[in-house]
Amino acid sequence: MSQLLILPVILPAALAGFIILFARNALAVQRAISGFGTLALLALAITLIQAPTQSYFLGNWPAPFGIALTLDGLSALMLLLTASLALIVLIHSIATGWDAQGRHFHALFLFQLMGLNGAFLTADAFNLFVFFEVLLIASYGLMVHGGGQARIRAGVQYVAFNLLGSTLFLFALATIYSTMGTLNMADLAQKLPLVGADDTGLIRVAAVLLMLVFAIKAALVPLQFWLPGTYANAPGPVAALFAVMTKVGAYALIRFGTLVFPGDLPALGGLLAGLLYPAALATIAVGAIGTLAAGALPRQIAFAAIGSMGTLLLAVSAFTPEAVSATLYYLIHSTLATAALFLIADLARTRRDGLTAALYMAAAIAMAGMPPLSGFVGKLLVLDALRSDPLAWTFILLASLLTMIGLARQGSDLFWKAPNTEAPAQSKAGVLLCLAALVALTLAAGPITGWLGQTAAALDAPEAYIAANRLGVAE
Amino acid sequence: MSLALIAALPFLGALTPALTQRFGRGIATATVALFSAAALLLILQHVPAIMAGQTITTQINWLPTLGLNANFRLDGLALLFALLILGIGLLIQIYARFYLDTSEPYARFLTYLMLFQGAMLGIVLSDNILLLLVFWEMTSLSSFLLIGFWSHLPKARQGARMALATTGAGGLAMIAGLLMLGHVAGGYDLSTILGERAAIQASPLYVPALLLILLGAFTKSAQFPFHYWLPHAMAAPTPVSAYLHSATMVKAGLFLLARLWPVLAGTPEWFWIVTSAGLITMSFAAGVALFKDDLKAILAYSTVSHLGLITFLLGLGTKAAATAAVFHILCHATFKAALFMLAGIVDHATHTRDIRALGGLRRAMPISFALASIATLSMAGIPPLNGFLSKEMMLEEAAHTAPWVIPVLATFAALLSVAYALRFLVYTFLGQAPAYAHAPHDPGAGLWLPPAILAALVVAIGLAPMAMAGWLVDAAASATTGEAVHAHIALWHGLQPPALWMSLAAVGGALVVLGLYPALRAAWDGAHKPDAKAMFDAGMGWLTKTATALTQGLHNGSLSRGFAVGLCSFLALGLYAYLSAPTLPGTRALTQISFAPVVAFGLLMTAALAATALHRKRLLALLLTGIVGLILSASFAYLSAPDLALTQITVEVVTIALMLLALNFLPKTTPRKTAGFRKLRDGGLAVAVGTGVAALAYTLMTREAMFPPISAFHLAQSLPGAGGHNAVNTIIVDFRGYDTYGEIIVLGIAALLIFALTESLLGTRWAVQPDHAAGDEGDAHPVMLQTATRLILPMAMLVGVYLFLRGHNEPGGGFVAGLVFAIGLVLQYIASGQDWAAARRRIPYHAMIGAGVLVASATGIGSFLAGRPFLTSNFTHGHLPPLKDFELATAALFDLGVFLCVLGAVMLALDALARLAKPQEGR
Repeated sequence: MSQLLILPVILPAALAGFIILFARNALAVQRAISGFGTLALLALAITLIQAPTQSYFLGNWPAPFGIALTLDGLSALMLLLTASLALIVLIHSIATGWDAQGRHFHALFLFQLMGLNGAFLTADAFNLFVFFEVLLIASYGLMVHGGGQARIRAGVQYVAFNLLGSTLFLFALATIYSTMGTLNMADLAQKLPLVGADDTGLIRVAAVLLMLVFAIKAALVPLQFWLPGTYANAPGPVAALFAVMTKVGAYALIRFGTLVFPGDLPALGGLLAGLLYPAALATIAVGAIGTLAAGALPRQIAFAAIGSMGTLLLAVSAFTPEAVSATLYYLIHSTLATAALFLIADLARTRRDGLTAALYMAAAIAMAGMPPLSGFVGKLLVLDALRSDPLAWTFILLASLLTMIGLARQGSDLFWKAPNTEAPAQSKAGVLLCLAALVALTLAAGPITGWLGQTAAALDAPEAYIAANRLGVAE
Repeated sequence: MSLALIAALPFLGALTPALTQRFGRGIATATVALFSAAALLLILQHVPAIMAGQTITTQINWLPTLGLNANFRLDGLALLFALLILGIGLLIQIYARFYLDTSEPYARFLTYLMLFQGAMLGIVLSDNILLLLVFWEMTSLSSFLLIGFWSHLPKARQGARMALATTGAGGLAMIAGLLMLGHVAGGYDLSTILGERAAIQASPLYVPALLLILLGAFTKSAQFPFHYWLPHAMAAPTPVSAYLHSATMVKAGLFLLARLWPVLAGTPEWFWIVTSAGLITMSFAAGVALFKDDLKAILAYSTVSHLGLITFLLGLGTKAAATAAVFHILCHATFKAALFMLAGIVDHATHTRDIRALGGLRRAMPISFALASIATLSMAGIPPLNGFLSKEMMLEEAAHTAPWVIPVLATFAALLSVAYALRFLVYTFLGQAPAYAHAPHDPGAGLWLPPAILAALVVAIGLAPMAMAGWLVDAAASATTGEAVHAHIALWHGLQPPALWMSLAAVGGALVVLGLYPALRAAWDGAHKPDAKAMFDAGMGWLTKTATALTQGLHNGSLSRGFAVGLCSFLALGLYAYLSAPTLPGTRALTQISFAPVVAFGLLMTAALAATALHRKRLLALLLTGIVGLILSASFAYLSAPDLALTQITVEVVTIALMLLALNFLPKTTPRKTAGFRKLRDGGLAVAVGTGVAALAYTLMTREAMFPPISAFHLAQSLPGAGGHNAVNTIIVDFRGYDTYGEIIVLGIAALLIFALTESLLGTRWAVQPDHAAGDEGDAHPVMLQTATRLILPMAMLVGVYLFLRGHNEPGGGFVAGLVFAIGLVLQYIASGQDWAAARRRIPYHAMIGAGVLVASATGIGSFLAGRPFLTSNFTHGHLPPLKDFELATAALFDLGVFLCVLGAVMLALDALARLAKPQEGR
């Protein structure tokens, strides 16, 4: 068994511990450690994405009795996405001096990465809860970084609403454990089909409650209330990092929706897809309308992010391998596009020169799903996967239009009507890196979708994932 | 060379202005022109093959699973358009070099122009219709940038947004249409699609696909009722108007109609929709053009009218009409681009474009006059110019089409176009010259040469149509119709054809119209006309206002709304999930209840109710919460969970202490916020959710799991596998030590966050001490308390160590030990104040958290040495007389990490809050 699997979790944790112990007043050292940690995570993710599906048994206890991590294509993809985004955000934070605006930025940043990676790797439902807590509390810390009344007020909403989600998560887990006697996801996947048809009520409750928890994270309507204020008030680079936070919810929905509660599970009978579909449509609508309406740029991006989650979850709700594959492409795209826009919004607060305008235009094109960037490719993939659904097409295309109009007006007002070249120029390195990633995602769409197709097929038939957990070996 | 490279050349050219601008505008223009010229030459090199009826293709896989590939094709139709795009593009580059002022960001202009050129060339060269879509939307985007080029002008910004919204919306509809088309045809390459006419027209998706595609084409080509954006796009610099908004981009819609003509045309739906759109656009826009006074506005409406003409021809669905359409695309591009450039020249020379302020320029600007005469008369359809030929062909086709209204409208539109063209020419160049501020004169060759070349083409094609354009029209029309076309274009067809008579009627009618112009103009000015811009703005305004109202109404920032909606969703969906499927009743017997717990639980409920009722008095509410916590701890003990009880009670103590500290700088009462209905709603919801949770808990606790729970393994393996008698502890530090690892980090992060938060609050008004009522405080640090707490500290520590050491086998462990230590220290803070305590602190609390995380991590990593996974425990039994045998477990080391983290976290949080609560003088 390779020890590499645990490193994405313990490396950032240990580095953060090191910073708190030895370097809590030395910003330069913190930056170096953060930089090293992020690069190491990127290297790890690149290594792991080439690895076969495998599990890691913590404390050497066999699953389902101990906690197992399982790495498959989806987990590895999320690790890579997180590490890439983290590098972009870190570069921007350091280059613009955001990290110096409050205490403990780098420790919180590393803990945040630990939380994200832990959530993507675990094969244990309770352990997922633990890492949800890690990433929630760390993200709260990052969100209120730098202080300020509006930010702290928005932060309270963020943490309060997400703690409500955590409480619900516990209820859901209690329901699962009390009925199934296990928390390992592969074990659940094996046992759930055996549940008698006369006793499925509580299983359905557990499934629905869990999905609600993930829906909060994914800002699915009507559980999106926390997002606009949070994203709009968070420091620019933190908002950019949060682009991946909603994706944690999407990840968990995909993971549970394919592995634990697949569509063909008799106990559920399409319950989840049936709930997800209208909610996703509503999410698209709320996001697009909000993007058209929004005043300030960060708030507008927040709504655009909600809209893109709607598109993503609409594709998820189909739960076909084709749709999941399209979802994953769209997920990468939407994370990077949202992040790019937030970083640009951060730059545009002070200086709105020609180059910033050009970058904004590129990111807005991506976000609105216009060619030639990945948003268009992602949109085509999603439309193609949902080809028998005119309603979904209508929502997605209209949302694209509203988003485009909203972002065009914003750009026209910000960069044409009120350009500002007085303030000193800030480093655009993070933004450029992010846009370069979007371009790469577009150009390499062929090989990437090929790989995602395989990943989606493996999610659809999760035998390898279950086998990796070596259930019953100890029995 | 590969078509992909040809398509890429303009984009590569777009990169150069940024680099070459330092060498001057001439060099920058020459460089981009080089790219366009190279593309043009490479296209020309394929002409012989295309004349021979071949189609050149290149394939590059991009996204094969979707069918989106970089597949290009060059046939007659693509050739015609490519020549227009690149040929006129070169002329425009020269013209723009001399047209734009030196103060303008010229490099940016060239970049946008080349981006457009690449996108437009991409459209016509695409074999893959999804690739075509990519380029299609890119033309909208580059047009947006070019219209908004003078971004300081509001009308430029508005025009740009209007064009983007309209053509962008059409583009989105087209995405859907083309996806359907490709789906029906079984592929997205034109080479596949064009052969599937029967399948496509038989499909139920034909009509929706057709409508959506037409929506795209009509918005792009400014067909009624989507024509409104084009006149407002005239806010762009004139070279842009000449290039994008007359010669090329607006013809993209026509190109698409022609491109898909073989598979879409020929049905009644196609005929009626396309023909009527074309005919209406043609006549309506020609009428509007007659009453415009701005040179560019006249030309803009004239362009809309001519686009309608071509649409009309394509709608007819006959081979001859398609041929005429193709020919008119060519003719219109030549004379209209020339006219726009001339309008720009007049604008430069006289500083006005209002024809009422112009006149008599024939003497001052003879070259411009000559060129304008040629181009305008061609636009009017006067022989022997090329506009005459294509208009004759149009009228000929119209004459053969029933019902009668079609030829009549076509003649009427021709009449109007003669009228506005003559008005354009006469008002600008003939008559009396008004007093110009600066004497107008012909421009340098840089400005007049490009339109002169086009004017020469206008004449040459008119005089020798077959030699000059016959080959190109044949090739393009063959490609459009999918059949071999041999056009016979001639100036004179004899006296028989009706077209001749319709033309004559048009000219005669036009003269009558011009004669009556003052009366018509008065009627027009007096008439109530719908203003497209006002309608568009009103529509947009309504949309934005509604969106704003909806969004702000929904997201009003209320936390309680979010909670209410969330809780309702939880409750409703949970209930639905439960009720929509059967559940077996529980099998566990209920526990007999004795007197003591009844009292305790009664107290618990009373305290909870009281806390709810008295929540506005914060101190009281906190104490009541403390009572709830105490009873909870006791009930854990009663229900045989001593570990939980121990942890809960220490947690309670620490929490209450921290909350008391926090209360210190908050108002003593919560302001009343909710009342009436809201209170009822929230209360009802709280009761409902509480009942739901209780029902869920009851259901779960009264039944057995359906499968043997994993806890049996933990109980069985606690001693042999994990080396401890206390299964709760072995679960925490061993079986699920990884969870604990995460949770102590949560605690650590929470403390760091409180610290960072309070740091950011220090010195702000939030940190200001609230007023305490006089005499309220008493002695801050009573001696009794100080003395007692000094004694308690070592005892607390001893208890902590004891709990820590015995944790593996008896209730206790690092978590509780850390809390007990913390309680001892918290008491010092309470008794003697933060200053006193902080002065005696040797180890920074930060360090404890960091050390805790590191110790726990290092313990876990230690098992790597044995080749075991993270957190694999190892234990052995030590023997050290006179002590009993004791156990050495790596789990204890992990527990030390837990201990340090918990202690550090609690103390850091306390310290941070205490700092904040301190009086802030001097900050």
